[in-house]
Amino acid sequence: MTRTILGLMLAILGLAALAWMPTQLGAYGVGLLLGMTGYVALASAWALFSGPTRYVSLATVAFFGIGAYTVAVLSETLPYWAVLLVAAVIGLAVALIVGLATLRLAGVYFVIFTFGLAELIRQLVTWYEVNVTGTLGRYIFLPITAEQIYWQLLAVAAGTIAIGWLISRSRLGLALKVIGDDETVAGHTGINIAGVKLALFAVSATIITLVGAIQAPRWTYVEPAIVFNPTISFLTLIMALLGGANRLWGPALGAIPLFLLFEWLSANFPNHYSIILGLLFIAIVFVVPRGVLAGIEDGWARLKRRGEAA
Amino acid sequence: MTLFSRRSALRAIGLAATLLASVGVAAVSAQDRTSVKIGYAISKTGANAGGAGITTLPNYQLWVHDVNEAGGLELPDGTRLPIEVVEYDDRSASEEVVRAVERLATQDQVDFILPPWGTGFNLAVAPLFDRFGYPQLAVSAVTDKAPEFVERWKKSFWLLGGGHDYTEALAQILNDQKAAGTINNDVAVISVADGFGIDLITAARQSFADGGLNIVYDVTYPVGTTDFTPMLNEAAASGADTFVAFSYPPDTFALTQQAQVAQYNPKVLYMGVGVGFPVYQANNGDKIEGIMSLGGIDPNNVAVMDYRARHTDFIGQAPDWWGSVVTYASLQMLQEAIRRQGLDREAVSQELSTGTFETVLGETKLEDNQLRTLWLGGQWQDGVFVAVAPADREGAVAPRLPKAPWPAQ
Repeated sequence: MTRTILGLMLAILGLAALAWMPTQLGAYGVGLLLGMTGYVALASAWALFSGPTRYVSLATVAFFGIGAYTVAVLSETLPYWAVLLVAAVIGLAVALIVGLATLRLAGVYFVIFTFGLAELIRQLVTWYEVNVTGTLGRYIFLPITAEQIYWQLLAVAAGTIAIGWLISRSRLGLALKVIGDDETVAGHTGINIAGVKLALFAVSATIITLVGAIQAPRWTYVEPAIVFNPTISFLTLIMALLGGANRLWGPALGAIPLFLLFEWLSANFPNHYSIILGLLFIAIVFVVPRGVLAGIEDGWARLKRRGEAA
Repeated sequence: MTLFSRRSALRAIGLAATLLASVGVAAVSAQDRTSVKIGYAISKTGANAGGAGITTLPNYQLWVHDVNEAGGLELPDGTRLPIEVVEYDDRSASEEVVRAVERLATQDQVDFILPPWGTGFNLAVAPLFDRFGYPQLAVSAVTDKAPEFVERWKKSFWLLGGGHDYTEALAQILNDQKAAGTINNDVAVISVADGFGIDLITAARQSFADGGLNIVYDVTYPVGTTDFTPMLNEAAASGADTFVAFSYPPDTFALTQQAQVAQYNPKVLYMGVGVGFPVYQANNGDKIEGIMSLGGIDPNNVAVMDYRARHTDFIGQAPDWWGSVVTYASLQMLQEAIRRQGLDREAVSQELSTGTFETVLGETKLEDNQLRTLWLGGQWQDGVFVAVAPADREGAVAPRLPKAPWPAQ
């Protein structure tokens, strides 16, 4: 109990420190923090669903794009907080519909479907814009500074990790552990597998939608090719995998170093970025297939065993 | 205990290779000013790399080369400083281009920033250029909203016109031909479902209606379409003498091929981006005769032809026939503004806005921060993409219509 309270206080202190940081940094620093926090939120939200269920989802950008587009469409007509709310509701609704229809798919079929989903939504938006509104690009002129975007993202990231922590301590978390270990056994013990998965998918997708909505004002101009960029899905995935998708802090610990590394690479090796990135991905899968956190634990356990044997 | 298992050795090698690849430090030392730092973020990889690599990047490289060859940028006191380039790849991602410009402005503290490629990316960075006080000479951005943007961002300059400019010029050509009895009143139009295609078709519907032209076929196709035969057949069946495609590469290339195969030879054949690319001429040879598109140049303009020759020499390929020369001219304007006003960005922006410049385009002056003397329509004539619209501008050539039949295969 005291450990929990201590941990909570540490987390709050850390959060306060992070929220205070923009006042000490220039525009570039804030931009860096903003991008990093965005990916921490995305990777953590992705891992909420994909970590325990082991369903690899490439639909991240589908929801991210829905969020960004909602802001682009409604930013002139509704107050900002209402736009965020609408975005979250749309994300939730899409996640529920999609989840109901597809969570029975397993393995590679689910991966392919989620990848297709992003493309499907992008084409739907394009079709609508072309045939109904007759313009493809939309402008977002909201008086929101980079600092404000950062603070919102920080809140979402903290909220996501808090939700992850709450789930892991609840009956839902227990049910998830069983499902992750063996779905058949989980079914026989009376766990509502489809319901649990659907709930998680919906929570995860709603958070991702919010991240997209919050980040959109930074780009001024939005069109489907910009906000439905599949790279976002892949980066989120690799970050969560690097840290360890079924640990609470895993995705964050993967996102921060990778984001900084990408930034450093693109600043110093703009022409070799893609090659180095490819090598890095291979290295991640090869060296730490279960994530850095799990890798460290494995290494620790091996050392201990060796010590006992000696 | 074995020293190293094969697996751990392999892992170590993989790690070492990754680390090795990432070693290398860019040394920056603070000194007295020995150069002018010019930075840009451009799509060297990803979806936008094709366009950026034709219209924008080669011209940046050529200009830097030209200036440094001449001893550097001239300042008001007559001294010259060489250009030092800071270049980033935005990987065709808007978050990257935004952060790269922030990095250029606050980390690298460059003296001037050249804009990225594309309408969307120019808009994404416009608030940053404005906030950090850099002039933004946006060339590869076709937008009807330029006057609004100038109002919003005082140091932004828009040099390639808007969709309406191009479609009104096209409507004018068609009306002239109709009056001369060359073509009938009907137009078949297809457009690609991306920002460029949609902007132009929306503008065209209005321009054609204003001009009394009748759109008898109007279809928008999704990005990535490869088979245009059904559309070409329907356009042919519609009886229209004019076929317009607001297309993008590679569609433009496919359309050209498939129109030949289908033996579809409308009296006016107008297509979008790609017709002016060097590769278009290289691939299609004399079959391009009579095909029309946006842009064009005045072949009797010595400065432009000289620029084209230098571009071909230095880059290894010819520039395109639309945006390239404007990009280069925008850089010459910047160079001249720096010569007059020095490195004070405020003064340079003011000079760009009000000054008159001698560039490869001739005498160039912006109106309300926009370049309004543009070539809006061109046609391939004897292997040169000559400007035909606006017809009343000096240097314009009369269009040769109806289009010549496709040469025998």
